[in-house]
Amino acid sequence: MKNIYITSDRLDSDACTKAVTFPDAGGLVVFVGNVRNVTKGKSVKHLVFEAYEKMAAKEMAKIIDEATIKWDLKKMIIHHRTGLVQVGESAVIIACAAAHRKAAFEACEYAIDRLKETVPIWKKEFFEDGEVWVSAHP
Amino acid sequence: MKIEIIAYGIAKDIIDGPSLSMDVVEAVDVGTVRKILLSAYPALKGLASLQLAVNAEYVKDDFVLKENDEVVIIPPVSGG
Repeated sequence: MKNIYITSDRLDSDACTKAVTFPDAGGLVVFVGNVRNVTKGKSVKHLVFEAYEKMAAKEMAKIIDEATIKWDLKKMIIHHRTGLVQVGESAVIIACAAAHRKAAFEACEYAIDRLKETVPIWKKEFFEDGEVWVSAHP
Repeated sequence: MKIEIIAYGIAKDIIDGPSLSMDVVEAVDVGTVRKILLSAYPALKGLASLQLAVNAEYVKDDFVLKENDEVVIIPPVSGG
């Protein structure tokens, strides 16, 4: 199980949970970001994710390093899909483990917020009548 | 010198391809490259942000480019 995994294959939340399971980690938080069937009232057919993979992996590593130090994590992993992702499938999984739950919750929220700010991955939403790059315009 | 610029996401649509090459003076900085891009492709001005990465790291506008640097246009990211 890779800590950082950018893939066109389906993500596996059970495997991610197992990857951050340790006898001395009492708090495990697994965030799963799934593709919704609707955005701003419009029906979504599917999404397509594009990644600048080399840099995305580097930026994910920075997030993991920062969070691991700040919240004294046992481990954090980040997996992200690329290519076409259907409604109901997972686009991203962030799993982390700490001694206690508070640190794990905070670290996981930090990681997904930061990922959305810094990691060079782009999402395109496909509708019945067109397609749009998400957040491209103000 | 000649530099190759790679684009992703909406930037790829705006420059109408995955990359472009640009003739620039030696030791050009990233801010100058950004200005050239914005003037050649005005639609880039409409984006919520436009960052440039060099060799897979975000850089500031005073970053000086060398030949064979990997320069990438980073439009607003939207992962997750």
